Amino acid sequence: MKLDSLNSESFVNGASTTTGLSSAKAEEAKQAGAFRIVWSNRKARFGIIVLAIFVFIAIFGPWLAPYSISDTHFPTSMGPSAAHWLGTTQTGQDVLTQLLCGARVSMFVGFLSGAIVIAIALTIGFVAGYFGGWVDDVLSMLMNVMLVLPGLPLMILIASYIPSHGIWEIILVMSLTGWAFGGRTLRAQMLTLSRRDYVIAARFAGESPLRIIFREILPNSLSYIIANFFGAVTGAILAEAGLEFLGLGNPSITSWGTMIYWAQNGDALLEGQWAWVLAPGLCIALVASSLTFINFGIDAVANPRLQED
Amino acid sequence: MRYFLRKIGFLLLTVWVAVTLNFVLPRLMPGNPAQAMMAKFAQQGPVSPSQEKALELMLGLPTGSLWSQYWSYLGNIVHFNFGTSYSYFPESVSNVILTALPWTLILVGIVTILQFVVGTLCGVYAAWNRGKKFDSTASVMLSFTAAFPYFWLALALIYFLAYLAKWFPISGGYSGSLHPAFQWSFIASAVYHSILPAITIFATGIGGSLLGMRNNMINTLGEDYILLAKAEGLKNRVVALRYAARNALLPIVTNFAMSLGLVVGGSLLMETVFAYPGMGYLLSTAVSNQDYPLLQALFLCITVSVLVANFIADLISGLLDPRLRRGATTS
Repeated sequence: MKLDSLNSESFVNGASTTTGLSSAKAEEAKQAGAFRIVWSNRKARFGIIVLAIFVFIAIFGPWLAPYSISDTHFPTSMGPSAAHWLGTTQTGQDVLTQLLCGARVSMFVGFLSGAIVIAIALTIGFVAGYFGGWVDDVLSMLMNVMLVLPGLPLMILIASYIPSHGIWEIILVMSLTGWAFGGRTLRAQMLTLSRRDYVIAARFAGESPLRIIFREILPNSLSYIIANFFGAVTGAILAEAGLEFLGLGNPSITSWGTMIYWAQNGDALLEGQWAWVLAPGLCIALVASSLTFINFGIDAVANPRLQED
Repeated sequence: MRYFLRKIGFLLLTVWVAVTLNFVLPRLMPGNPAQAMMAKFAQQGPVSPSQEKALELMLGLPTGSLWSQYWSYLGNIVHFNFGTSYSYFPESVSNVILTALPWTLILVGIVTILQFVVGTLCGVYAAWNRGKKFDSTASVMLSFTAAFPYFWLALALIYFLAYLAKWFPISGGYSGSLHPAFQWSFIASAVYHSILPAITIFATGIGGSLLGMRNNMINTLGEDYILLAKAEGLKNRVVALRYAARNALLPIVTNFAMSLGLVVGGSLLMETVFAYPGMGYLLSTAVSNQDYPLLQALFLCITVSVLVANFIADLISGLLDPRLRRGATTS
């Protein structure tokens, strides 16, 4: 019985790889179908729209801004007004301009760190899950240790020893400390997938591990990987804001986190400048929650029971 | 038994990693944190030879071989000798931490437990009435609040409730005119100052425990024994609490212990925003003053308490769930 199903699987598998063209088309159709499922989820649709707006701002921010980012000749510490919708800073900069230009840095750091984190998690998780044995033991131990060390304090410790503070240092610190969670879930995913019949069949057919991982397993766990990626970006955007708020970023680079840092240092709230403090935080919250909402839709692709009509 | 031995081994390993990380990091970094630190101390006043020695060991002034430095460093840690704080000169680091610890333990501890209990109960309710009004509004709203940077929520609360409405004090742990003492007026003032921080921790934490419990509970509700219990005509409340919730609680135990462990670290950014005199505020003070001795000691305290809490959680879930123990011996 077992052998039977194995044979048929390997046969199907062989057939689909020989007719490469049609399988590529089928995959395309599958991907379009997946997007439709995500889109049909109301929460995910909301998330995609919000995220698209912020990506647009991140790219075109400096052109959308009403003033130049280096313009510091405005009256200082003003509340919101017609000329300055979100007020001005202590050093006479327009807050709205900072907000629009800062989007680029915040989103760039968040997405790049998320990508690095997921790349590390993917490599370690898949290697551990695929090869098993002592490789798995060592890597799992490493992941478990990283996982129980408290994240934010560890990031703070490392960041405060680095003599210079900037975007790249923040990305480095977050990539070093953030991968363990994704690594563990992707390892678990790998463990279940690598026991599936079609993977065993591919092994028996003499395929190389790399080919099996990239052609058989990766496409089938894409939704997990994307969900983990969005999770990692959310974590990175929040951690970035936290580190910058503590003064561990480069305060002369305008991002949402450093805006709050300056606002807090300038006692903005006690001067009644609510917009200066609240606007960047709201942007962070919107981007982070848009990713969470998209993940609801992606979950629905992986788990049909969660699909909405 | 093997399960417990493994867990003890893991605890020892992780504590060793944390301690060693603390030793290695400052020595790896370019620039010399220790020398910078000594120079800063020299400006502040005389440092006793024993304090100087402790500082050298923590931060790595090149005296003796790395190996002997490491051993004396371990010795110092065992004796809780973390040297002198720069930001609170000439207080010793251990004293500074001991003053801050009760503030954090009481406030963050109480709110964490409260948040966990309320969140879990609401999670049970949401899962039982899945897809109904409470469930759908709670899950959407809480996924949104979970995305808030929580220091930002604190800032918003300060602006609206403390600055505009003037219902609560803006910052601090107690009124500036009082001194910490076991008196009614002081305790009242401390409670009054802790309300806004408490709301912040509660609001940002409850999402996690509610959604976590809800999802576990939904999985448990699909089990056959729930169906059977319902078929036997047991009351809804009995099925929900005695049958489903008890089993759904298992994975939550770990989360709860972990968050209790994190209590020692304080709600780091929240305490910074409120200038609340606890561990989190101490940590941010240490960061902005580059007070490495204090920073290292705080990192160790936070990490070790998280690790111990995690260890206890493992023990408890091992006791509650025999499958875990068996799984550990077979694999």
